Amino acid sequence: MKIDLTINKQKRTFLVEPNEYLLDVLRRYDYHSVRRGCDNTSCGVCTVLLDGKPVPSCSVLAIRCENRDITTVEGIEKEAEKLAHYFGELGADQCGYCNPSMALTVYALKRENKNAGDEDIKSYLVGNLCRCTGYVAQHEAIKRYLGDES
Amino acid sequence: MEIKEYLKPKSIEEAYEALLSNINNKIIGGGAWIKISLKKVDTLISLDDLKLNYIKEENDFFEIGSMTPLRDLEINKGLNDLAGGIISKAIGNIMGVSIRNIATIGGSVMGKFAFSDLLGVLMVLDAELIFYNSGVISVEDFINMPKIPKDILLSIRLKKQTAKGYFKKVATTHLDFSILNLAIVYNERFKIAIGSRPNIAVLAKRTEEYLNGFKKLDEANLDEVVKISLEEVKLGDNSRGSKEYRELLMKTYLKRGIREVIK
Repeated sequence: MKIDLTINKQKRTFLVEPNEYLLDVLRRYDYHSVRRGCDNTSCGVCTVLLDGKPVPSCSVLAIRCENRDITTVEGIEKEAEKLAHYFGELGADQCGYCNPSMALTVYALKRENKNAGDEDIKSYLVGNLCRCTGYVAQHEAIKRYLGDES
Repeated sequence: MEIKEYLKPKSIEEAYEALLSNINNKIIGGGAWIKISLKKVDTLISLDDLKLNYIKEENDFFEIGSMTPLRDLEINKGLNDLAGGIISKAIGNIMGVSIRNIATIGGSVMGKFAFSDLLGVLMVLDAELIFYNSGVISVEDFINMPKIPKDILLSIRLKKQTAKGYFKKVATTHLDFSILNLAIVYNERFKIAIGSRPNIAVLAKRTEEYLNGFKKLDEANLDEVVKISLEEVKLGDNSRGSKEYRELLMKTYLKRGIREVIK
């Protein structure tokens, strides 16, 4: 069946099956920044924003997103660049596989809680796993990004 | 998972008719656990258009629409004042924010998941479930039903109460299901629920009765409390933990929880 999704503010029509997950549809239509990890909601690398809120695209049926707004990391390019700057400055990543999902989740946190402290950051990012780092440098980079009002 | 058709009804009546029309038609809540709970569905019925996503605060109670995401409950100011924020404490430990943005309270209830961190909390808060056809059923009665009824959960009602609350989830990491969870509410009387035993949550009624007989508790009483609770609450083994480990957890956290709520 055909459904309309608004992705990064652009409305498009997609052909989907009732049992297809958003992750599969997005990747089939070449949104490759949305990554596949555990495929069972545990790792967070498939995160996208659905109506501005982070969700695991591996567990959301595409059909339920009809006429809703989806944001991938390309939709928050400037903010993602800012976060990438702090990640680079602090050596906070290695392979980069989790970066798009991390950027989207941190961006959502910034919009939800302007005064997020250490525990807020840890708690908000508990579902975003990074297999390379020890999270310490990432945590510091995220703090600097959250404090950046530019 | 196989889904032949997808239906987005415009009314509860339409959704209910579709549910009854075929044994293989199912309602989808948030869909967070759909991969582990559904195998083959003829028509998947969505309640997304039925305006069941809300939290209403009335004078004496909260009413929560069944399609309300857990995250909305977690950060709701009014609900956070209920029994020491026990709802927020329980939900805030369920995996990550992204899952809590899709998982709904209705899905969490209707799934009757044994690992649920929320069912025990709803039991100690005396939650009432409002069904389209069956009317009002207490969450305790619902849990004790041998089969999940073919009905549509519309909302969950929680009476306002000034009580102290304690919630503890024991899990290997935030992303794991509980090995054991405990919920306690105290407002001159105790309500205690033990979940993920590994079976579904139960109220520890004999333990509550024993505790409610005291004006003042001491450590010797607490030892007796643990003894009674171990006699009445059936614990077991699964891949997350052994029966013996669960016994140790229950002994420890039951005492801690009681001490905390009577402070």
